[in-house]
Formats: sequence, structure tokens, C-alpha cells
Amino acid sequence: MFAYYFQLGLRSLRRNPALTALMVMAIGFGVAASMITWSVFRAVSGDPIPGKSGQLYTVLVDNRGPQYNDKGEPPEALTYTDATALVAARKAAHQTLLFEVAPSVLPEGNQSLPFIAHGYATNTDFFGMFEVPFEFGGAWRASDDEGRAAVVVISHALNQQLFNGADSVGREITLDRHSYRIVGVTAHWDPKPRFYDLFSGNAFGDPVQVYLPFARAVDVEMDTAGRNNCGSNVDFGSGRDAWLHGECVWVPMWVELADQPAANAYRDFLTHYAAEQQRAGRFHWAPNVRLRDVNNWLDYKQVVPPESRISLMVALGFFVICLVNTIGLLLAKFMRRAAEIGVRRALGAPRGEIYRQFLIEAATVGLAGGVLGLLLTALGMFGVGLLFEPQIARLAHLDASLVAMTLLVAVVATVLAAFYPTWRAAKVQPAWQLKSN
Amino acid sequence: MLKMTHLSKVYRTEVVETYALRDFNIDVKEGEFVAVTGPSGSGKTTFLTIAGLLETFSGGEYHLDGIEVSNLNDNARSKIRNEKIGFIFQAFNLIPDLNVFDNIEVPLRYRGMKAAERKQRIMESLERVGLASRAKHYPAELSGGQQQRVAIARALAGSPRLLLADEPTGNLDTQMARSVLELLEDIHREGATIVMVTHDPELAARAQRNVHIIDGQVVELSEDPRFHPAQVAAGEVRG
Repeated sequence: MFAYYFQLGLRSLRRNPALTALMVMAIGFGVAASMITWSVFRAVSGDPIPGKSGQLYTVLVDNRGPQYNDKGEPPEALTYTDATALVAARKAAHQTLLFEVAPSVLPEGNQSLPFIAHGYATNTDFFGMFEVPFEFGGAWRASDDEGRAAVVVISHALNQQLFNGADSVGREITLDRHSYRIVGVTAHWDPKPRFYDLFSGNAFGDPVQVYLPFARAVDVEMDTAGRNNCGSNVDFGSGRDAWLHGECVWVPMWVELADQPAANAYRDFLTHYAAEQQRAGRFHWAPNVRLRDVNNWLDYKQVVPPESRISLMVALGFFVICLVNTIGLLLAKFMRRAAEIGVRRALGAPRGEIYRQFLIEAATVGLAGGVLGLLLTALGMFGVGLLFEPQIARLAHLDASLVAMTLLVAVVATVLAAFYPTWRAAKVQPAWQLKSN
Repeated sequence: MLKMTHLSKVYRTEVVETYALRDFNIDVKEGEFVAVTGPSGSGKTTFLTIAGLLETFSGGEYHLDGIEVSNLNDNARSKIRNEKIGFIFQAFNLIPDLNVFDNIEVPLRYRGMKAAERKQRIMESLERVGLASRAKHYPAELSGGQQQRVAIARALAGSPRLLLADEPTGNLDTQMARSVLELLEDIHREGATIVMVTHDPELAARAQRNVHIIDGQVVELSEDPRFHPAQVAAGEVRG
């Protein structure tokens, strides 16, 4: 009977073109507005590392004290001193530290001009902890970190740009006039938001091109291209060494902890570390540490732009208004067919069949609205830039899941909207209808 | 086949109770052709809708083909309507968006019949009413008489035990009415039980038996003041 009712539904679309057009437009515009804003919201609010986000924690230690910290919260990154000490302690299963770099890249030959690459100085654990996929080679070894080796991992895009996509492992690349040996080429990997470095404010920034050992970058005095927060009331002395070992925070740090007991143990360790610093006279306040997992960190940093949430709410509100109109239009459409319902009931249709017929008919209207909504969503993707920052707008795209979602939402919403009109239709008394004819 | 005993139908509002049928008794045997007559508002159509399980009743008993129907739920009533009863209405009640074939197919669809059997039954019933060549026509493309024949074909396609006809010739001219009536007589001769509501005395006279209703009760024709000999002679009898 489904095919029969679907066929009746298609015929019904043609029966009253004006009414059908109104309903299809209401659903199409409503669903398109919702899906366009949803695509943005989904891009900025999704779990960037599903399956592991509960095991990765950013580590924060208050080196400012209650007088200078942010309402009791520690700074959002660590000092070089704390980060290197905590990583060296190896109290977690894996630990990494990083800072943003922007070295100049000198392509081979004289054909191309030097350019600035976007990258991170980090350690080998970074790649395993954050599940970085590789196209060629792999991460450097732990001994390369300790030996401050001149090795580098480059991205798929940079490899394409410099080596036409060939396997470049073992070849050399010049960064800031130092030569580095390529040990790995990542496959496409650009989690959004870039949860591991929210400190630099690049949650939706350009893709990363190079990764090199943290200690090596420090050795060659590669400056941080990210934030460097020294507070406002601290004397750091002068010179790079004073800055490096001073109280400026610029090093995000992450640890991987398998479960809650491991997280509790690591928190105890952090507290113990801060207490030691207090005893040593560096901190003049009680230990104040934080361990935030990925989603907690994204929430705390309020990564989802408020305008994406607001626009989604407005679009959903608009969709609800469209659906309310659709209820009225469906009611008019169905009740005009009271005579037909009476005949069908007389010929043996139980109420359940009337429900089925009219809900499937509503689903065909929803499907038509979904197709229109899909076209409008595709068009609307070009207009997302008018509402959002360019770096946010470019995240919105029409993929297979959004296509399926658009059609599904249109059909389900229309069927839900059709429940009241269908209930009314199924309540038609056949005797009265047939008498009145 | 159809037996109503002390049946009543009451329409209630907050202030008034109106009896459409009161202590209504009728027994139609299998294979009978019964005409139900009576003036407008007498309860003829209410009787027919209750007989066709399109409406519930307030009291009494109703046995249809041996089944007491008062406690049946909507599904069971619908199943009986679909399998045992064929309806023919004054206004034809064809679905305007469906062609002749699809209109006749409607009750067979609800019966869950396979496509090949549906097609065979539809074509057989169309041939029986002489409209096999009009299967793809829409109701609006047919005359009133042809539409009523399609409605009869629809009623016959399901091989019902009981045909309920409500003023089947009421919307037709004399010639078309005659041909529809002849068709009903043919169907009856083949063994169908027919209950026909009409206020046309000429039509009622063609039935085997007449049942007369006044004020919701079956009465002898002589009890209807409209049928007093003087009034009949003066041509004042109205339905």
C-alpha cells in the first residue's frame, strides 16, 4: 500500500498546484534556512576528535596568583619552565607541548619565491595523541626530540606545493635558513576547531604546513607566532633567556590519560608540582591547577561563535513558523477531500489506512519541499559569508550528510505537521459525507 | 442476511434527543430485493448507513450475515464493509482524481488483493456494466448514467453478499434510470441481496418486497397518511 499511497501523494501534488506550491515553498525555505545555519553550527561545534576527546586533557597551572589571574582561573597556557618540567616528568601515558611557528620556506631551485609556512613546534607524542594520519613516512622518534634533530613533518598540501605530491621522505627542506630532513608527510588533517591550540586564537585558522621538534625550534631561537602572555605586573628581566625562563605563558600542553582514575592521579601530580613551586618560593599562593578535556576546553573557551548559535535559533524559529503555515495548508488540502475520505471509508478503509494515506501524502509534499530546500541550501552556501567571518563561513559546505539531513528533516517535519490535519481527516464521518452528497 | 431487532438511533444534543430510528425491526433474507420507502426525514438513509456499518446505533441488535455487529471495532467493521457490502449512492461518489479503473480498484486495494486478480475483477465488472472501453476515462468524462454504472461496477467487483443502494436513480433521467434499474434486476437475478432506499413508488414497485418507514419505524403502507387513496389519486404523494 505504501507505493499506492505514494502514487496518490504524487497525484495530489498536481491536484491543486497553487496550494502545493505554497506548501513546498514554506517547507523549502524553512528547511534551507535551518540547514544553512546548521551546517555552520555543525562545523564549529562538532567534536574535533571523536572517540578520544575524553582522554586528552590540556594542563594548566596558575603562575599568576589570585591577584593577577583571570577570576581564579589559571592562564590558558604554560610557561616554558612548567611545560618542559611536566613533560619531562612523564606522568601521563603520553604528553606533548607545542607553540605556533611561522618559518620562512625556501623552495629548491630559483623558480619560486620564499614564503612563510604555518606550523607548530612540538614533540613526537603529538602525532599519536592527536591521531595525525600520514601519507608518507611518519613522526620523528623520541630520540630526535632529545637529540634536537633537524627533522620535520610536512603537510600533504606543502608536499604538493614543493614536491608535486611525490614521496619526499628523506629530502631536505630549508626553514628559516636551516636545513631539515623530512621524515613524514601527513595526509589531509585539519581538525576544526583546532582544539589543541585555542590559546593562539586560531581555532578556525589556515591549515598547518610544518611540524618540527620543540627543542630544536627553541635551540634555533624560532619565535612563537602565537600568543605570548606575560601578564601585566611581572618583571621578567631582559634578553631571550630571561623571557624563556620567565613567567610568560606561551606553551599549550596536552596529556593523554586513559580513564578517570588516571586523570585524578595526574591532577594530584599537578597539585603536588604546584605545591613544590610554592615551597620553592616561586608561587606565593596555594596550588591552583586545571585539567580540562577537549570538550570541556572548547566550552570554556567558548569556541562556538555566538552568532552561529543565534542564527541557528532564528532559522529554526522561521522553520517552525513555516511548519505552522504548512499545518493550515495541509488542513485545507485534506478537508477539501472529505467526500473522498467518506467514500474510501465506505469502501472498507479503516481509520488507520486513512492515517497512512494522508501521512504518506504529506511525506511527498515534504520530499518536494526538501528538494527545493536542497537547491536553496546549495545557493545559500554562497551567502554564508554575509553572516559569518570568512574563516567560519568557509567551513560550511553541502556534503552527502547535509543532503540526507535536509531531505530527512523536510519529510519528518512535514509528517509531524500533518498529524493534526490527518487526525481531522480520519475523523470524517463517512455517513455524514455520503448523506451530504 | 440482514436483521435489525428493536434498533434505535438517537442524536443527542445538550437540550434535545432526536430519534432517527425507534424500535426499528427488519429482516432481509438472502437473495431478496427489498425496497425501503418513506418520506424525507423518515429515517431511510439513517437505516441504510447503519445497515452499511457507516454509523453506529444507540440500542437494539443488528445481525449482518449472522454476525452481531454492535461491539465490533473500526477495523472489523471496515473489513465487513469491504468484503460483504457493496454501496451504490445517489451521487455516484466516484473519486474525481482517479480514472474508472482506479476507482473500481479502491475496495480491492483495501482487501490486499494481488494486482493480477484486481485487474481481472475490474475488467469483468466493467464488462458486466458495459463500460470496458472506458476504463481509462475520468468520471468527469462520463455521463451520469455511465458514472452510476461505474459505481455499480465498483460495488460488484468485490463480490459482496449485500448491495445497499441509496436512491440509485435519483440523479438520472428516465432512460438512464431504467437501464440502471435493469442492471440491478440482473444482479439480483444472479443471486445478490439488494436493499434499495428510494422514494420513487415506480422504482419500489420493481422490488420483491417493500418496507415503508415513517418517523423512524417500519409501518404498513396504509399507515402513511400520504398514501390515502384520495391523495394518491390527486398526485400529492411526495418523497
